[in-house]
Amino acid sequence: MSDSTVDAEEVRHVADLARVDLDEADVGRYADQFGDILDHFETLEGVPDVEAEPDLVNVMRPDEITESLDQDEALENAPETEDGFFKGPKVS
Amino acid sequence: MADAHNAFVTEETIEGDDTGPLVGSTVAVKDNISTEGVRTTCGSDMLADYVPPYDATVVSRLKEAGATVVGKTNMDEFGMGTTTETSAFGATTNPVDDERVPGGSSGGSAAAVAAGQADYALGSDTGGSVRCPAAFCGVVGIKPTYGLVSRYGLVAYANSLEQIGPLASTVEGAAELLDVIAGPDAHDATTREEGADSDYASAANGDVDGLTIGVPTELLEGADDEVRRVFEDALDAYRDAGAEVEEVSLPSVEYGVAAYYVIAMSEASSNLARFDGVRYGESGGFEGNWNESFAETRAENLGDEVKRRILLGTYALSAGYHDKYYEQAQEARAWVRQDFEEAFESVDVLATPTMPVLPPKLGESVDDPLRMYLMDANTVPVNLANLPAISVPAGESTEGLPVGLQLVGPKFGEEQIIDAAALLG
Repeated sequence: MSDSTVDAEEVRHVADLARVDLDEADVGRYADQFGDILDHFETLEGVPDVEAEPDLVNVMRPDEITESLDQDEALENAPETEDGFFKGPKVS
Repeated sequence: MADAHNAFVTEETIEGDDTGPLVGSTVAVKDNISTEGVRTTCGSDMLADYVPPYDATVVSRLKEAGATVVGKTNMDEFGMGTTTETSAFGATTNPVDDERVPGGSSGGSAAAVAAGQADYALGSDTGGSVRCPAAFCGVVGIKPTYGLVSRYGLVAYANSLEQIGPLASTVEGAAELLDVIAGPDAHDATTREEGADSDYASAANGDVDGLTIGVPTELLEGADDEVRRVFEDALDAYRDAGAEVEEVSLPSVEYGVAAYYVIAMSEASSNLARFDGVRYGESGGFEGNWNESFAETRAENLGDEVKRRILLGTYALSAGYHDKYYEQAQEARAWVRQDFEEAFESVDVLATPTMPVLPPKLGESVDDPLRMYLMDANTVPVNLANLPAISVPAGESTEGLPVGLQLVGPKFGEEQIIDAAALLG
């Protein structure tokens, strides 16, 4: 059984952060499953500190104007557009 | 040809150029790889009608090589699954045994090759999604070194882990396709010069005399008896051909599944934020508050597993939990990378069973997400370490189900693993 308890309130909170509507049945089911999965994730507490500096370098280049999609192509998959813009719901 | 295994979401012919190494060859392309003018669904209702206005770099390269694309293959929704059962377009079945899953998430690509519906296929591999279905369907699949193949036009799930990779019925075939798609691309800043003038196909000789193969004990312990028997027999074939086989230890891989899923879900929660029904995808409507509208379209058009990963990823990155999960997972990733580097100081390649289990029956794994995640134990460490790996058919279980052998190489060591794998296929 799971040691990590994830209650319905926490599931609703992350669902709200992630902008996903859940019905009550989903909330209960996810809360149960998340307990088991998070228990497994908590084994990561046993990972030792690793002295590893990633071998990264910044790659720079000058900005150049190149060919790209035109406005019509970019808007082609939008459910709704207006005057060459994407149309979305109201920001209230 | 009828699509008996539901391998394709969309069957449509895209002709390539008249000249090139793949003239006369057919290629099936996973449905998360953009094809100009041909819908690209990612196995999701959210993108059921999405038609990309441009080709992924790998698709441009297929066309330039003269290949004929025959369609877009079925997959777990957004690549999230190990069985190709989470697709909004129905499950793909395994051509070897129709009651069983083909593996995932590139299950349609592997099934298309196994059933002879395409000569080659492209998949994507975030945590094993090319190698797992290759193993379960009895074909060959390669996960290239991170940065060998351009991800431009691949719909992102977890950018830091994923690579597009080839599937084919032989090692040489998979290597030929890798030659076509490998190499730097100005559209993907993570690509590297390696692979620019590759000739992986001519490396597929099965010359293993003097090769040292390490077997990580941690990745053999959890395997089914049947899988283990076939794997051990394959190791004997390597010994007979002059290779030396020795045990190695990679203690970090015990944390592989946890680290992989924390990182992949975290990246997914951010990547999939774009699916709000405004620029593409299904719209939630234009009335009311925008947050409510987005939440509604995402609830309706994303599947159960995708929502689970978005929510868990959001949780792992949220205030109070970031250090506990995400930071620890990055520590584990660094450790896994170090462990592999040290192993390659004493061995040339590493060998494991690709999957610790035989292909499950349809419906068997969907209700227990954690159990499904644990099936990825042998494939995810490779993505965490950015390394190349190949799955090659090693033999069959007593009931005739395919078992895959995975060979892992050092960074940009594609030639070594292709050469060694060619002994078996």
